[in-house]
Amino acid sequence: MEQKTNGLMGWIDARYPATKTWEKHLSKYYAPKNFNFWYFFGSLAFMVLVIQILSGVFLAMFYKPDTALAFQSVEMGIMRDVEWGWLIRYFHSTGASAFFIVVYLHMFRALIYGSYKKPRELIWIFGVLIFLALMAEGFMGYLLPWGQMSFWGAQVIINLVSAIPFVGEDLGIWVRGDFVIGDATLNRFFSLHIVAIPLILIGLIFAHIVALHEVGSNNPDGVEIKKNKDENGIPLDGIAFHPYYSVKDIVGVIVFLMLFASVVFFAPEMFGYFLEHANFEPANPLKTPEHIAPVWYFTPFYSVLRAVPSIAGSAFPGVIAMGAAIVVLFFLPWLDRNPVKSIRYRASWYKILVGLFVVAFIILGVLGTLAPTEGRTLLARICTFYYFAFFLLMPIYTKMEVNKPVPERVTMK
Amino acid sequence: MSADAVNNSKRRLLVAATSVVGAVGAGFVAVPFIKSWKPSAKALAAGAPVIADISKLEEGQMITVEWRGKPVYILKRTAENLKVLDSDLDLLADAASDGSKQPEYCKNNARSYDEHKAVCVMEGVCTHLGCAPKYVPDLNNPFAGSLGGDWKGGFFCPCHGSIYDLSGRVRQSMPAPKNLPIPPYMFKSDTVILIGQDGGKA
Repeated sequence: MEQKTNGLMGWIDARYPATKTWEKHLSKYYAPKNFNFWYFFGSLAFMVLVIQILSGVFLAMFYKPDTALAFQSVEMGIMRDVEWGWLIRYFHSTGASAFFIVVYLHMFRALIYGSYKKPRELIWIFGVLIFLALMAEGFMGYLLPWGQMSFWGAQVIINLVSAIPFVGEDLGIWVRGDFVIGDATLNRFFSLHIVAIPLILIGLIFAHIVALHEVGSNNPDGVEIKKNKDENGIPLDGIAFHPYYSVKDIVGVIVFLMLFASVVFFAPEMFGYFLEHANFEPANPLKTPEHIAPVWYFTPFYSVLRAVPSIAGSAFPGVIAMGAAIVVLFFLPWLDRNPVKSIRYRASWYKILVGLFVVAFIILGVLGTLAPTEGRTLLARICTFYYFAFFLLMPIYTKMEVNKPVPERVTMK
Repeated sequence: MSADAVNNSKRRLLVAATSVVGAVGAGFVAVPFIKSWKPSAKALAAGAPVIADISKLEEGQMITVEWRGKPVYILKRTAENLKVLDSDLDLLADAASDGSKQPEYCKNNARSYDEHKAVCVMEGVCTHLGCAPKYVPDLNNPFAGSLGGDWKGGFFCPCHGSIYDLSGRVRQSMPAPKNLPIPPYMFKSDTVILIGQDGGKA
């Protein structure tokens, strides 16, 4: 299709790359035709972002970032006085958990199909940065309702900073803006949660998609579709994102929204996992709840933190381990030395290793919601060990794999 | 100067010089933003000492007062408790409190003034990640399973399971690395404690 030179679009295109951008990123962006179930989660993550921004903008109209007013403005104002405020709030709170569910599945897809491998290393790195920004966003947002769990969860996490040797104490005071978590902390978290981190997130998502559209999408076979093109330079195994995948993704959106609405209307607290029970009590700095657990999406990393005992009188090693559990993800493209991308054509024992990794990650997540006992700590240590071994031993074991033959073209299994 | 006589090294120098000056400027501009996060004058003023009246505190009881927004525990121990503090030292990570924070006059097994040995004042802030440990004088509580059958009283942190004895000394192999901190304090009279100030007695 030639660019139009007349009419309204012609006028616009002479001044702004409207048609060009539409074609480059949608109508002439060729994606592999063999996308399966796992490929829904990228577009779903984007949709959850839209839900969060829309509901968040409206929540900010009724919320008051002041320790004396915050809890009331949420539990009385938004939940009871504002018309439909409860629904907007439940969209936002359920959206937060949905965001992490979708992103964890999206990351798992990348892991099994080798979507982090050359030439997609930067897409993966932007993705891990998005994950980090999302965790910061979730953490700061959780303080805002100013409930008991908001306060004590933040207390635990900010004290991670204080565990840093020498500068930790002062750094903690700097982050809080006071000797304790208080009004100053709440106000700055509000600002970061609604302005700074969303801007960073949007910027990173933009970079994530630009990088993706530069190199093209991976697929369940891990075959580069750009290697086989027709006489017009269009990949033989590619189909235009719009309308083929835009329409297909709508199916995913509908199924997702059914599940999302079920939670919003029938189980918005999700049995204390999406909204913890202790958070229905206003923050009280003098009384720790009987049991402190972060929201479920942080619990795997929280378990890693708890699994590491303090060494030489410092809680710092646990903090390092938790940080390392995320930092190691950045190195995944270089840790995995197997040239084959998709798990379909890798050694069958590699599938077992990935399966065990998922099990270990879920066990860590479950343990993070429970109070520590000796047995559970031991289990958390085993899982933490496996988590790191899975990544750090990759350079060795991925070289020993005997791969199956990779097809030239994509298959439609 | 004609177009083909571009002086590249001069250009590089100017670009480098401009970048360096720009970076220094950005560094200076960052200072007010970073410093705005420090405790405000109001927050600093709120760190004044507080008074606690312990005339009604019975043996075995604990009260909590707020100082600088932190819970401060005032625990009056029984004679039985004090004996345990001198005997069960092998369970503790830092029995002599060498690596822990306390005023010099409280660096002893009871972690208290010699003349008020039964009364222990400590910050209720777990040295692991800052939760408030629970006072558990006996096994009649929800955490009994984590404490062991021969429990003689102490503190249990519900966040990560750190166990402290009755003078806030942490047990070995706990997530918490140090004993509970003891703030500076002084007895105004036998029943009134001033927390946050010790009259330079240290």
